[in-house]
Amino acid sequence: MAGSASLRLPAVVGSSALASAADFATDRAAAAAASAVPAAPGALALPSNAVPRATSGAWRPAALFSHALVALSLLVLAFVAACALVPGWLAPQLPTDMRSDAILQAPGLAHWFGTDQFGRDVYSLVVFGARQSLLIGVAAVLIGSTLGVSLGLLAGYAGGWLDALLMRATDIWMAVPSLLLAIALATALGPSLTNTIVAISVASIPRYARILRGQAMAVRSRAFVEAARAAGASHLAILRGHILPHCMAPILVMATLGIGSAILAGSSLSFLGMGVNDELPDWGYLLTQGRGYLTVAWWTVTFPGLAITALVVSVNLLGDALRRRLDPRAAAR
Amino acid sequence: MNAGRFAQRLLSSLGVVFGAVTLVFLILNWLPGDPAELVAGEDASAETVARVRAQLGTDRPLGEQYLSYLGHLASGDLGKSYVSREPVARRLAAQFPATATLTLLGCAVAVLVGVSLGVLSARHAGRWPDQLIQALALWLHSMPGFWLGILLILLFSVTLGWLPVLGQTGAALVLPVMALGLVVSVPILRMVRDGMLDGLHEPYVTTLRAKGLGEGRIFYGHVLRNALIPTVTLLGVVVGELLSGAVIVETLFARQGIGRVTVEAIGQKDIPVVQGAILVASVAFVVVNLLVDLSYTLIDPRVRS
Repeated sequence: MAGSASLRLPAVVGSSALASAADFATDRAAAAAASAVPAAPGALALPSNAVPRATSGAWRPAALFSHALVALSLLVLAFVAACALVPGWLAPQLPTDMRSDAILQAPGLAHWFGTDQFGRDVYSLVVFGARQSLLIGVAAVLIGSTLGVSLGLLAGYAGGWLDALLMRATDIWMAVPSLLLAIALATALGPSLTNTIVAISVASIPRYARILRGQAMAVRSRAFVEAARAAGASHLAILRGHILPHCMAPILVMATLGIGSAILAGSSLSFLGMGVNDELPDWGYLLTQGRGYLTVAWWTVTFPGLAITALVVSVNLLGDALRRRLDPRAAAR
Repeated sequence: MNAGRFAQRLLSSLGVVFGAVTLVFLILNWLPGDPAELVAGEDASAETVARVRAQLGTDRPLGEQYLSYLGHLASGDLGKSYVSREPVARRLAAQFPATATLTLLGCAVAVLVGVSLGVLSARHAGRWPDQLIQALALWLHSMPGFWLGILLILLFSVTLGWLPVLGQTGAALVLPVMALGLVVSVPILRMVRDGMLDGLHEPYVTTLRAKGLGEGRIFYGHVLRNALIPTVTLLGVVVGELLSGAVIVETLFARQGIGRVTVEAIGQKDIPVVQGAILVASVAFVVVNLLVDLSYTLIDPRVRS
């Protein structure tokens, strides 16, 4: 991955332009982080790009502001994690608690987020929905990135026909827009939490594979890999001990930002009725439920949506902060 | 791009479409449920189900079904709907204009909003307008698309009463197009901004300054133009997002279109329709990406050489 954008582009035009736009932002972020890895011989960065740009005065307030944002994101994440782990401690009611005397009540002291059409407390529903939404995000990324990273490393390290085969496969994979692919998978598997995770992670595999392949190719020819091979290390040992550690920066950035897109994709599947079911409502499902009462009860759709957005904003802020730490070029922006 | 490379590119696109067809076929036909039972109805006898199965052709081995599907596909036949027995191609063709209108207008909004906010952001880099736009972009990027649609409905229809939510009039198109376009504008915005900030530090800007060109001319006449080149690449990528978004937006606003047909067909396990719809989306996606590649050689002289 050459440092300059103008050098990188023709390669993007070639075959790797097939990705969804949301994914693309993630990929670009990861590619940027990737270029922060010490330059390989043969991939000499142009001087203008290698030197971090001088910013117009080092303005401390901005740095403080960004630290505060990171702290706030961590706080939101901690709260969502607490909701996911011990919802019973944080919610005043059970999500199954229906009160016929409190149907569609506006937010107030008794019900902070109001009540829905069954007289359920929306705040409690949101607290109990955290586990499903967070699980979809984290599990989909764990599965998707593990498989994608393995395939990408294998393709980039092995090269030759295996690389060509795997890359053609990712081209095909990416030709089906990722939400449509997830829809097809979710249809085939049937609606459930597990299947939502499987569908989203499978649809995300090629993105990881493509970035990691480029990384592995750049690292493969470096001296320490040669040295390891000369010392008799097996391919697996080289991949695990030498190539993978060098690719951790883009993986971390991609995975963090990927959690956000996985949560959004999960809520979209729930919205279309292909995600989780009534027993374990996630935030997307709550939104779908509230949709029918839009005109009379704005709170049933507003609060679950706010919960998703707050969580995804936090995850994305953390991902961006991580990228700035790992990529001096991005930090200069 | 010379003729040889063009032919190669075209061939590989065809290969990708063929692969996508196979992939979707395999995924959908791997379905555990028996569509024949659904089509025959709940009280159907075993014989009726068997007859329906034979009628639909789902009793044949998967390989045979695949070959016959490919054969029909080669002559433009996407199969018949399990439910209405209507040809899938006709059903999709009837829905295509609605989806095309929605996605094209959505794309126009995305480009307009993305480029203008991106330029504004770059122009004021590091100051409050930039930070405001960046925060807005982060929010838009972190929202479920359908929730943005719901918020737009709450604001413009329920509270203000300015715009209708349902219907096929022009006014009813405004909210769906906004919901679709705003989400997709974020990557464009970020690319234009970053591209311009990178461009401002290129040596040619120093040259332009040295020869006495005004900052405005440099900014809009040179740096913006250069930053727009990579944005064209992004358009091919944006199409995928628009097609995915159309499924959501058409469902939310109960509009006609391929996305809504897909969702309905999924509920009925109407596999040929789902398959056809995803195929159309993939072909549109691959074709736009091919066009982007071609236009790129026209716009960027560096690629041509």
